Amino acid sequence: MSAASETTYTPTTKVGHITNFVDERVGGSGILREFGRKVFPDHWSFMFGEVALYSFVILLLSGTFLTFFFDPSMAETHYDGPYVPLKGIEMSVAYSSSLNISFDIRGGLFMRQVHHWAALLFVASVSVHMLRVFFTGAFRKPRELNWVVGGVLVILSMAAGFTGYSLPDDLLSGNGLRIIDGVMKSIPIVGTYLSFFLFGGEFPGTVIIGRLYVLHILLIPAIILLMVVVHLFMVVVHKHTQYPGPGRNDRNVVGYPLGPVYAAKAGGFFFIVFGVVALMAAAFTINPIWNYGPYDPSPVSAGTQPDWYIGWVDGALRLMPGWLLGLPMEWHIPLPWGVNTLSLNVLLPALVPAGIVFTVLFTYPWIERWITRDNREHHVLDRPRNVPTRTAIGVAGFVFYCVMWAAASSDLIATHFHVSLNDVTYWLRALFFIGPVLAFIVAKRVALALQRKDREIALHGRETGRIVRLPHGEYQEVHAQLDEYKRYKLVGYESPLPEAGIPNAKGIVDKKEKRRAMLSRFFFEDRVAPATPAELEAGHGHGHHEAVEAGEDTKAVSH
Amino acid sequence: MGNHSDGTPTSSDAVAKAGQNEVEKFQDPGLPPHRLRLADTDPRAAKRAERQVAALFVVSAIGTLLFFFAYFGIRLDDTIGTLRLQNLFLGLGTAFAMLGIGTGIVHWARALMPDHEVSEERHEIRSEEDRQAAVKIVDDIVDETGIKRRPLIRNTLLGALALAPLPAIVVFRDLGPLPGDALRHTMWDEGVRLVRDPTGTPIKASDVTIGSAFHVIPEGLNELHEGKLEEKAKAVVLLMRLNPEELNPSAGREDWGYNGIVAYSKICTHVGCPVALYEQQTHHLLCPCHQSTFDLTQECKVIFGPAKRPLPQLPIKVDAEGYLVAQSDFHEPVGPSFWERG
Repeated sequence: MSAASETTYTPTTKVGHITNFVDERVGGSGILREFGRKVFPDHWSFMFGEVALYSFVILLLSGTFLTFFFDPSMAETHYDGPYVPLKGIEMSVAYSSSLNISFDIRGGLFMRQVHHWAALLFVASVSVHMLRVFFTGAFRKPRELNWVVGGVLVILSMAAGFTGYSLPDDLLSGNGLRIIDGVMKSIPIVGTYLSFFLFGGEFPGTVIIGRLYVLHILLIPAIILLMVVVHLFMVVVHKHTQYPGPGRNDRNVVGYPLGPVYAAKAGGFFFIVFGVVALMAAAFTINPIWNYGPYDPSPVSAGTQPDWYIGWVDGALRLMPGWLLGLPMEWHIPLPWGVNTLSLNVLLPALVPAGIVFTVLFTYPWIERWITRDNREHHVLDRPRNVPTRTAIGVAGFVFYCVMWAAASSDLIATHFHVSLNDVTYWLRALFFIGPVLAFIVAKRVALALQRKDREIALHGRETGRIVRLPHGEYQEVHAQLDEYKRYKLVGYESPLPEAGIPNAKGIVDKKEKRRAMLSRFFFEDRVAPATPAELEAGHGHGHHEAVEAGEDTKAVSH
Repeated sequence: MGNHSDGTPTSSDAVAKAGQNEVEKFQDPGLPPHRLRLADTDPRAAKRAERQVAALFVVSAIGTLLFFFAYFGIRLDDTIGTLRLQNLFLGLGTAFAMLGIGTGIVHWARALMPDHEVSEERHEIRSEEDRQAAVKIVDDIVDETGIKRRPLIRNTLLGALALAPLPAIVVFRDLGPLPGDALRHTMWDEGVRLVRDPTGTPIKASDVTIGSAFHVIPEGLNELHEGKLEEKAKAVVLLMRLNPEELNPSAGREDWGYNGIVAYSKICTHVGCPVALYEQQTHHLLCPCHQSTFDLTQECKVIFGPAKRPLPQLPIKVDAEGYLVAQSDFHEPVGPSFWERG
């Protein structure tokens, strides 16, 4: 220390004194040196993750405000507030305090609306961010674990949403809880016990709101926060991915330095997200609980809908028939101690689709790595079209989800379009199976077609819209060659070939390798090779020609 | 693309055949040359951008003032109208305040801050040198603990660690009581009057005209002090009257109704929503949550949707004063299925 203190820096300004004081104690200079100019690639699709982070911050802010006024008690009370239609009605304290937040606290309704809109936006942005990461292949090595953390965050965001949705103890959310209770009871052996433990006895009981409250304001947000920290820490370790393009490769990262441009853009974007949520909260009513009334097990309104992110599970419950071709989907199993009931009509739709989606989601990076034998680090993203099979798998999964999601609105579809509810359900049941297959085929063909279009443009230039009449009367369009930067974006991708199985030490291609070879064919058999300089050179003969006899390339490609 | 690519893999050489070798590739031309923005070259444009950014910040400040105006200036009375008005202006104020700052900063960054993209090397996530050092450290630590040489310590520790979390699970036992036979009984019993939900007025058989439907609770439910919602969640009943010829009671259930009046549990046998929609013409009951459909003329058999079991019927009769009463409790558990149901 003595050696260092000889050259101790003495600040001259007041701000300098304070900064120096802190810096000497926490080592801020080192941190700033490391991160102050860290490079971040920029692309509009990277904003989804930011939206998710910012809506989470908004949720923490608005949620904290709400906790000061909300009382999660299920004790009985009679409403005595300014909202006339509910005066004197018996209700829980939780519902009554939610009404008070809306009607008595200035800005309370605004905060409720901000909180609810931000919650819907949070789950949406997390989901869309996940789709972006999937379709661009950002989950590949070294980011597999961060993909898993992201998957956990999707589940947590839905859990946070559902627990919060139930808190006001209104008629709509109470019916949602009742459905949860019914689903829970269908779990073999332990279901009834789980239900009694969760609700502290028979549904609805008097403790569930308080318990969900603790989960909603403490446990779940704490775990989300922890996961967000882990997520961002890994982003720093890995550095951000970047889209392919000239000058970008797996060894560098191209973008704006954190300070000032990136920090300003990202920081400013927080205010924009907040502003948009505030605008929605100002203009669009969300969850008007005073219209629903307090929870009562008897009434229910037609056209009930859960919040959007629970829709797909609710839709799956609607799609499953209780009787399938005359066979009951609820079984009574005779066992030595008596008959037990296995309610597959509830259990299967509640567990299987979600199970499929999350199993594939969590394991996909390893599945693809196994099939492709690709153990390299990837920091340059794939354009979705350049990996047709993965893109098709993603679209198939998305359609699978959307069919279930649409099924959660089957009654509204029927009433809005004046069609039979039963027909809507039959169609959706069929689409549940056919939809993903069709989506896979269509998406793959579209991706291949887009690749061909890229190839076409790379080799023959873009259409200029200039029509020329040739001496013999033919009309043709002049094509303009791309500059090398634009062309590189279209041709700079890998297009692996399917691999045959590798024989083992005994020279035999074992079953596992055969399976891998089969999947490799499935993955890479249909491919569009990136254009090569030789092809461009070959085309240039035409191209030169083109300048004179514009449009010769037409023949060149469609031979 | 019109006829430029006819698309079929066989007719276009665009699709490489399997087994064809990788051919030479285009070389990366490197980062494209930086293009200057208008504000970089024209001081007037830069000045204009500066003024725009400042204007956006002023918009933000006005938004904050608008918030205060809405908070203090709009008095809430007992109408939804003023509430909505206040909410609108609080929201608009906040939105302007936030969007002004946000768009201002972003505009500043895009128009005036340097927009040179820079390239940085990525670092190895794990170097081989670090790996070897780490392995060495772990080996040393493990060696110093002697855990490999002293299996007794290791095994007893593992055993203790396996047992230690169990109390943390057991301690949750008192979250709720055991189910017992709670799901098998409701408030209904012989002679309990059927009363209207929610008023609690009894129903005379003569009040129930053909085609009508009543939402029914057991008499005495409204007077309960404890467990009212829990009892209601099991006991709610739909009462309907049809032409007696339209009902087709099975053997043993012929006298469960009275003169075409029948009572069925309102709790869906799927996951427990109230089956609240009665279609008078078709005599179908529809659950609005998941659209299970029950046919009243077939003892509420499931004719569509995810439910499997018919709605349980409540046997009813008429007491000496002409009021509808229950003959007994339901003969089976109401609501969703559960493992022990049988």
